[in-house]
Amino acid sequence: MTALPEPVARVPRHLRRIVVIWAVLTAIAVPLVVLVLGPHLPPGRMTAEAGAQVDANTVMTALITPIVLIILVYFGYTLVVFRARGSAIEDGAPVFGHAPTQTMWVAFTSIVVIALAAWGSYTLIVSAHGAGGGQGPNPIALPNGYQKSLQVQVIGQQWNWTYRFPSYGGVETDQLELPTGVGIELHVTSLDVTHSFWAYELGVKADAVPGVDNIVFVHPRKTGSFSIRCAELCGLWHGHMFQTGYVVSRDAFKSWIAAQQKAESKNQRYLPPYSGHYFPEPLRRAG
Amino acid sequence: MARSMKTAAVGAGVAIGAALIAYYVVSYLMVRPPTVAAAGTAPSARITLQTVASIGFGPHPDWVSYLVKNPQGKWQHSTVLRVPAHSLVHVTIYQYDTATGLRNPYWGGPRGIVGEMAIDGKPTPTLDPDLASHTFAIPDLGVSVPLEGVADDAKNQCGSAPCTLGEAHKTITFTFRTGKRGTFRWQCFVPCGAGFILGFGGPMQSVGYMDGYLSVV
Repeated sequence: MTALPEPVARVPRHLRRIVVIWAVLTAIAVPLVVLVLGPHLPPGRMTAEAGAQVDANTVMTALITPIVLIILVYFGYTLVVFRARGSAIEDGAPVFGHAPTQTMWVAFTSIVVIALAAWGSYTLIVSAHGAGGGQGPNPIALPNGYQKSLQVQVIGQQWNWTYRFPSYGGVETDQLELPTGVGIELHVTSLDVTHSFWAYELGVKADAVPGVDNIVFVHPRKTGSFSIRCAELCGLWHGHMFQTGYVVSRDAFKSWIAAQQKAESKNQRYLPPYSGHYFPEPLRRAG
Repeated sequence: MARSMKTAAVGAGVAIGAALIAYYVVSYLMVRPPTVAAAGTAPSARITLQTVASIGFGPHPDWVSYLVKNPQGKWQHSTVLRVPAHSLVHVTIYQYDTATGLRNPYWGGPRGIVGEMAIDGKPTPTLDPDLASHTFAIPDLGVSVPLEGVADDAKNQCGSAPCTLGEAHKTITFTFRTGKRGTFRWQCFVPCGAGFILGFGGPMQSVGYMDGYLSVV
């Protein structure tokens, strides 16, 4: 009499389940990230540079969504399915390396990281001409038609920002208004310690270093207000180094700068000739 | 270690941590100068200040500083001022320090004030930045007024605070308007912290000396 074969316990296909759950969630989440969350990602689209940053943030968020989901799905699945039941505490099954899985993981993450680096480089150099970051005194990522840019000098000092407009007689103001539809060339410097000019909605952030002319390109497209902060700890009132700037129409800008020139006419003669930077040394030092 | 011992050790650790935090908070609050109210009430108030080259007492006797006249007419070492909201604030500053010069000449022009500033009674539309000793600036209100220094060779210069009107000084008067309630910082833009890097250390970084709060109530 032949013995009946042992009944074979059906082993659930965990990997297939995890992949299916992950694929479904990814198919739902990625379009939501791109279409619903993406338009609300910072810093908005007031300038070409800010818009490029929104695009980059959207791409990166969409790319990391499947990665975050696979980790969460695996974690959740493990908690539910492999949870130890009963009072006995036993070691789990031994885990061994699985070369194909490891190779695939390394290859996949490498591709993602390289793709993000390529996208970031493209945004930085090609699509947004520096992406709103300071390029130092000799920028290499020059936007088209940069020769026609409006130059604006940003001067950091403990604890306020002032601005000079060399094409308007070097007039200096303690407010910033910029016209739409014109390329802006910001020259960021400092008179004392290191500050960082952070115009959030413009997508601009550049170090203000004494003795350095740090150049940033920005192209305003929409009118509105933007916040200006110092992003470098610079002393007692660093947290108060805040201003509100405005992007306005060209006509409004012309009126504003004319009013500034008139208001500053009495003080103008005392300003030093326009320069890329000013050596941070007081003229005299007394008690 | 017994459970009771562990509990006691954790409790002691938490108590020590809480005590240290409380000590830090109390110490911080204690070092803040007292608030001095402006004379008068809305819609018009008056502040009287003096600037001195060296305060002459306290932990930093050689630091440059502001002082404020309290409602009793006594000079008080504080830079925390209280003024009424939606009011005109008339400011008189007796300036006893010599000139340092502005790092940014832009601040040589008075801004954000009602009417003109006057130096020794003379209306002054702008000040030569080399002559500035200090500024009284409330950036959030757009107010900045340069304070002319006394001549380096002026006779009878004040040695330490409080200085008196018989000593060499400049009198600067101006008026600014307050808006809604809030607390605003005020500061000096002249790098007048002698002995510190680029003149911006010590008193320039300290509430009670060349920095303060304007409490609009």
